[in-house]
Amino acid sequence: MNELPQQLVNGLLLGSMYGLVAIGYTMVYGIVQLINFAHGEIFMIGGFGALSVWLLLPGGTTLWIALPLMLIGAVLVAVLVAVGAEFFAYRPLRGGPRLAPLITAIGLSLALQQAVWAWYPEAKSSRTFPEIPGGPFHLGPITIQTGDVFLLIAAPVSMVILGYFVMRTRTGRGMQATAQDPDTAKLMGINTDRIIVVAFALGAAFAAIGAVAYGLKYGEVQFRMGFLLGLKAFTAAVLGGIGNIYGAMIGGLVLGVAETLASAYVNHIPGMEQLGGQSWANAWAFVLLILVLLFRPQGLLGERVADRA
Amino acid sequence: MRQRSLFMLTAVLTTGALTLTACGSRDDNAGGGSEGGGGTTVVIGIDAPLTGDLSALGLGIKNSVDLAAKQANKDKVVDGVTFKVEALDDQAQPSSGQQNATKFVADKQVMGVVGPLNSSVAESMQKVFDDAKLAQVSPANTSPTLSQGPDWNGGTKARPYKSYFRTATTDAIQGPFAAQYLFNDAKKKKVFLIDDKKTYGAGLAGTFKAEFTKLGGTIAGTDHVDPETKDFSSVVTKIKASKADAVYYGGEYPAAGPLSKQIKKAGAKIPLVGGDGIYSADFIKLSGKEGEGDLATSVGAPLDTLPSAKEFVANYKAEGYKEAFEAYGGYSYDAAWSIIEAVKKVAEDNDGKLPTDARAKVIEALQSVSFDGVTGKVSFDEFGDTTNKQLTVYQYKGGAWAPVKSGTLG
Repeated sequence: MNELPQQLVNGLLLGSMYGLVAIGYTMVYGIVQLINFAHGEIFMIGGFGALSVWLLLPGGTTLWIALPLMLIGAVLVAVLVAVGAEFFAYRPLRGGPRLAPLITAIGLSLALQQAVWAWYPEAKSSRTFPEIPGGPFHLGPITIQTGDVFLLIAAPVSMVILGYFVMRTRTGRGMQATAQDPDTAKLMGINTDRIIVVAFALGAAFAAIGAVAYGLKYGEVQFRMGFLLGLKAFTAAVLGGIGNIYGAMIGGLVLGVAETLASAYVNHIPGMEQLGGQSWANAWAFVLLILVLLFRPQGLLGERVADRA
Repeated sequence: MRQRSLFMLTAVLTTGALTLTACGSRDDNAGGGSEGGGGTTVVIGIDAPLTGDLSALGLGIKNSVDLAAKQANKDKVVDGVTFKVEALDDQAQPSSGQQNATKFVADKQVMGVVGPLNSSVAESMQKVFDDAKLAQVSPANTSPTLSQGPDWNGGTKARPYKSYFRTATTDAIQGPFAAQYLFNDAKKKKVFLIDDKKTYGAGLAGTFKAEFTKLGGTIAGTDHVDPETKDFSSVVTKIKASKADAVYYGGEYPAAGPLSKQIKKAGAKIPLVGGDGIYSADFIKLSGKEGEGDLATSVGAPLDTLPSAKEFVANYKAEGYKEAFEAYGGYSYDAAWSIIEAVKKVAEDNDGKLPTDARAKVIEALQSVSFDGVTGKVSFDEFGDTTNKQLTVYQYKGGAWAPVKSGTLG
C-alpha cells in the first residue's frame, strides 16, 4: 500500500491546526509588532474552556448539541483571557522598549500554564476530551477520523470569515490601517486601542477553535499542550511571513506537511537512517524555518505591511 | 531595519531555547528537616515526578514510602529513631533530578533516598549520591546500565556506583520476557518496534528486539517518537502499511496511550505491547476503549496474589491516600523498608546511636539486607540489583489491567 496520500493528509490536518493558532501570532505582530508568546497558552485555555462546558452539561448530552456550546465556551474563555492579558500585561508597556513586552509575554505564558496546572481540577495530568462517535471514513487509500472532520471544516471556514472580515468590514480596514501606520490611523479617527483589542480577541478565537479541534482529534487536553504547539504555530507564522494572515495558514500547512513527510521518509534516504522518524519531526521543522529565513527572510508570502523601522 | 532583524533573531533564538529546555523548573517544596522531639530524626528522601504526565506513578511511589516510614515509627522498628520523609519533584527531568540529589546530600538528616522513577533521571543523580556516600534505592529503574555498567551486554559487567540499589528488575529481563510471551504464547510473528529514545524506552526496545529476532520473529519496521507531541499520524500510517501483527513500544504511558488509540483508530487492529512504563491506570484512561487487548509486562507477581502484599494493600487503603499506589507501590515500600532495615543495623552496631559516618555504613548494611517484603524476598546482589526476578504479563481487559501470565525469564 502506498502511504504517501495518507501521509499528505496527516500533514495537512496537522498543518491546519498550526495555521489556526498561527493567525493569532501573525495578527498581533502585524499590528503591535509584539510576539505574543502567551498565545500558545490562550490556545490551551480554550481547550480547557471547551472541556469545562462539556463537564457542566448534563451527562448523556449528544455531542451534536454539546459541540456548538463547547465551541462558544472555548472562544469566550480564550477571548476573555487574551483581552485581559492585553489590558493588564501589554498595554502598560506599549511604547516601551521592544524586549519588555516580549519578556512579559514569556512570563505570562508560564503564569497561565501554572495557573491551569494548579487550579483546574485534575489538570496535573492529561484530561480526557469527548470524542465524536462513528467510524473512520475511507476515501481510497486515505482514512479520515471523525475527529478530523471538524478540523477539515473549521479551518477553511475560519479562513474565509477572517479574510472577509479584514478586507470588507470597517473594523477590518481599520486593522489594516493601524498595521500600516498607527499614528496616521489615529489621526484619521481610528480608535487604535480598540483595534488592538480586536486583534487579540480574534487571534484568541481562532486559537480556541484550534483547541477544540485538538481535543477532538487527540481525545485529551493537558496544561502543556499549548507550549510546543504554540512554538510550532509561531514558526508557521514566521514561515508564511509574519504579519500576513494568509501567510499564517500557508505557513502552517507547509510546516505540517514538511514535518510529516520528514518523519515518514527521511530515514529511507541512505546515510540518514538515524535522522528519520517522528522523534526528529521538530528538528526538521526548525531546519525548514532556518532555510526559509536564510533565503527569504520576509517569509513565504512576504509581509504586506510597510516596514516602519 | 537592522534592529528589526536583530529582534527577529532574538525571537527565533528564544523559541529554540524554549524548545530545547521544554519547560523549566517548578517550585520546589523543600521543607528542610526539623529536629524531632527527643531521639534522632532520620529523613528518607523521595525523588519522583510528582507533577506532570508521569505524576500518577510518582505519587504512588511517594505515598508508599510515606506509608513505610509511618509503619516503622508506629512499630518502633529502630529505637530512638523517628523516620520522616521528604519528597522532591523531578518532573521526569534529569536536570531537576540532579538538583534534588544535591539538596538531599546537603541535608545531613537524609540517610537514604527512594527514587527516581526514570532511568534517565537516575543517571544524572548517581554520581552526586555516590560522591556523598548516600544510599539510593530505586523502585522503578529498569535500565541495566545503571547497576551493571555500560558494557553489561558485552559480557563485562561492572558496577559503576556502590551507592545505587534497586528493587525493580531490569530491562535485560523484561524485554526478553515480553518477546517470549508474544512469540510463544500470543503467536505474534511480525512486530513493529517503537521507542521514545529515552534511556528506559530505547533499552527496553533493544532487549526486546534481540530476543524476538533470536526466537525467529521478524521486525516489520522501527521508528522513534517524541513523547512531547501527541500527533503520531505519520508513525501510525507506517505501522498500518507494514502489516505488523503487534506493536512493541519502549516508553511510558503518556505517549503510549494516545499512540495505541491512534493506531486502532487508523484501522490497524493490533495490540500495543509495552513494559512497566505503560502498566498504569492512566494508560487505560488515555488509550480509551480502543486500547482493549493491549499488553504490558511489569516487574514482580501481581500484588493482590502475594500474601505479603495483602497487608500493604490494606494499610495503604487505611491511610486514605488520594492516589493509587500504581505499578511501583510495593517496590517503593520495599525500597524504603530496606533503608529502614539498614539504618536499624547501623544503629544497633553502634549502641543505638547513629555514628558520624552513618551514610557510608547504611550503604554497607544495605548490601546485606534480607527480609520478606511486599513483593517477596528483598535482598540485593553484587550489582545492587534485586534478587527477585519475577515478572508478569498484564492485559487491558474490560477497563482494567488483568494478569495473564506470571513467571521468571525462561
